Amino acid sequence: MAAAARFFIRGAPLKVPVSGVGCGAQSCFEATLLKLSPSSNSRTKTQRRHASHFTFQPDPEPTQYGPTQKMNLFQSVTSALDNTLASDPTAVIFGEDVAFGGVFRCTVGLRDKYGKDRVFNTPLCEQGIVGFGIGAAVAGATAIAEIQFADYIYPAFDQIVNEAAKYRYRSGNLFDCGNLTIRAPWGCVGHGSLYHSQSPEAFFAHCPGIKVVIPRSPVQAKGLLLACIADQNPCIFFEPKILYRAAVEQVPVEPYTIPLSQAEILQEGSDVTLVAWGTQIHVMREVAKMAQEKLGVSCELIDLQTILPWDTETVCKSVAKTGRLLISHEAPITGGFAAEISSTVQEECFLNLEAPISRVCGYDTPFPHIFEPFYIPDKWKCFEAIKKMINY
Amino acid sequence: MAVVRSMNKMYGVCFHVVRQTAGLKASRLLQHRAFRVSVVQGQQPFDSTLEKPQFPGASAEFVDTLDFIQPNVISGIPVYRVMDRQGNIINPTQDPQLSKETVLNFYQKMTLLNTMDRILYESQRQGRISFYMTNYGEEGTHIGSAAALDPRDLVFGQYREAGVLMYRGFPLDLFMAQCYANADDLGKGRQMPVHYGSKDLNFVTISSPLATQIPQAAGAAYAVKRENMNRAVICYFGEGAASEGDAHAGFNFSATLECPLIFFCRNNGYAISTPTNEQYRGDGIAARGPGYGMLSIRVDGNDVFAVYNATKEARRRAVAENQPFLIEAMTYRIGHHSTSDDSSAYRSVDEVNYWDKQDHPISRLRHYMTARGWWSEDDERSWRKQSRKTVMEAFERAEKRLKPNPELMFTDVYQEMTPGLNKQRESMWRHVKQYKEHYPLDLYVK
Repeated sequence: MAAAARFFIRGAPLKVPVSGVGCGAQSCFEATLLKLSPSSNSRTKTQRRHASHFTFQPDPEPTQYGPTQKMNLFQSVTSALDNTLASDPTAVIFGEDVAFGGVFRCTVGLRDKYGKDRVFNTPLCEQGIVGFGIGAAVAGATAIAEIQFADYIYPAFDQIVNEAAKYRYRSGNLFDCGNLTIRAPWGCVGHGSLYHSQSPEAFFAHCPGIKVVIPRSPVQAKGLLLACIADQNPCIFFEPKILYRAAVEQVPVEPYTIPLSQAEILQEGSDVTLVAWGTQIHVMREVAKMAQEKLGVSCELIDLQTILPWDTETVCKSVAKTGRLLISHEAPITGGFAAEISSTVQEECFLNLEAPISRVCGYDTPFPHIFEPFYIPDKWKCFEAIKKMINY
Repeated sequence: MAVVRSMNKMYGVCFHVVRQTAGLKASRLLQHRAFRVSVVQGQQPFDSTLEKPQFPGASAEFVDTLDFIQPNVISGIPVYRVMDRQGNIINPTQDPQLSKETVLNFYQKMTLLNTMDRILYESQRQGRISFYMTNYGEEGTHIGSAAALDPRDLVFGQYREAGVLMYRGFPLDLFMAQCYANADDLGKGRQMPVHYGSKDLNFVTISSPLATQIPQAAGAAYAVKRENMNRAVICYFGEGAASEGDAHAGFNFSATLECPLIFFCRNNGYAISTPTNEQYRGDGIAARGPGYGMLSIRVDGNDVFAVYNATKEARRRAVAENQPFLIEAMTYRIGHHSTSDDSSAYRSVDEVNYWDKQDHPISRLRHYMTARGWWSEDDERSWRKQSRKTVMEAFERAEKRLKPNPELMFTDVYQEMTPGLNKQRESMWRHVKQYKEHYPLDLYVK
């Protein structure tokens, strides 16, 4: 299964994209588009990619944690891992191809700095990687496992759901694997098709005992990843791979944590609550702007950040105020995590709701290759949903 | 032919190692080391000037005739044995020379486990506990291997290794508490019976999904290696569980990541009703070891000294050399798979009787002790009486004890109580108090 992975990522580590092949970030798209002359023939037109479906907006520079450095998302992940290896001598990082720096460059330089017994390749076997990580955590080490793509986490589903999530409970707290963190690239990337695009968070949201966390930016990525590593429960940390290079902002160099199970209100508003996570936050930011400009609608934007256990309080409080809720995620709609949020809010805020809760999600199909622009819940689909909700 | 020859050579070396492993002599270390380096880490440096294969994936010669490698199933890896069925030591150089106290302890732990099995099995038949799995016929594998370990060595098991806990001194009261899921259960009554665990005794809590513990043991062994505290990890599993993908993962990871780990396979001929010829077609489990670059041996699981010797040497070398070992203990599952199974539906009573009456680990050790004058009929009678009494007393205490407070259903899901869970906990209590006549509250600790 990771044979497909290797095929896909071959171009990804390139610093300067020379063609449109295998480059997942916004900057690559721009470079690609630049190369195309206005007189491009129909053949190049069919080769041209759909422009990025979002615009990354950096957050204000956090100053409370000391000096900052300009980092993209993969660099902020490296920074978090670096901080961990430096402060915790038991911490180890392992997975497929992490030793040379990882296929997305998240572990670059760590093996040289901390030794090959701490940053090492495993055989190509996801159930083994997670089982191995659980065992290391049970024996007292801080285990940071990498699954090369979230799409390939399913072979480890048994180890995650039946083992990692239930370790503490079933042993009466005699044993636990709370020191385990599983990182995995996540979400659509423009051309990842079925097995390099998935957002599997809802599969795990049905599993008591684990935490599932998804950041939207380099600052969030570092703070939330360090929180996952420090947390005494097994955590799955999904990294939106389309942001690895596209998102750049000032990130504190020293370690800091951002609390889990706490949603963040990114923009206050009064007419409608928008809830999303990961890349979709950036889509929603634009949607909020469009709604304000075109409809005069004031949106409150919430980044959920932690899928499980999620912050019901922040979301319900917001909906009690706005009376309307739109939830959006890339994953398919049926059984997606929006369903859980929606039914909870309906239970908690029944008297406040002025319109049916709206879910703008991926369709109930596998994630397609050439049809990606039509598949994703982009800003136009979200905008239309707001329009309908306001006019309800 | 060169390939065939080198394969034979490899297996030859392998057999040699197998035969010598229990020799307990450090002088053979160099030779073992050489074997490992040539076979396991055999990837040669690239040299284009040589007229030989340069493929990075294997170290081998070219061959100019077409020959498939034959699996050697008819004449498999031999079964290492120290004493015969009458308890006579076959080869004095292999006698572990254990003291009388040690051997008596082996015997008493094996028979105590057997007594506990009989009582708990019956208690399930009477509906007093919900489920049970006996250890009949496999007592020797537990005690022999457990005795060869350091008490600090971490144990990962499947579910038929209660003897390991017994050997390490797990109290009868706690065995019973777990099966009864009463308020004394360290696991807080959450798992089915026989899913034991003990932090103090370094025995990782059992879980039902088969083979999941195998790659976990590899990870634990890796962590233990980095601690550098002279500890090893042992991982038990049945021959059926060895078919799971996780077994493959664990074997391969422990070899490539050089983990001080002993894989201990209990090959008892059956996985519930499935006989081994429907489980695999190779030469059992031991034959898979060399394919992973792992030193492997097959032992007579009804011979507690053979199990002891093999585990002792594997443990010594696993720690000294940071590499995994595979021990396949050949036994026979005398009891039913579990209390939910009637094994007469798929195997003959004669077959079961042979192993129970003519080749049993307990009777074999008893022969050995009797021949030395360490054990008499009187000793046997009084020990039987005494062990039965201790087990029954623990049994009665466990049965009288209340179940844990229902509150414990909600704790330990996460380290902390989450707000969502807290709400559900409160909601349960509100409901149960309102409808208290419909819930068995008086059986539970308040």
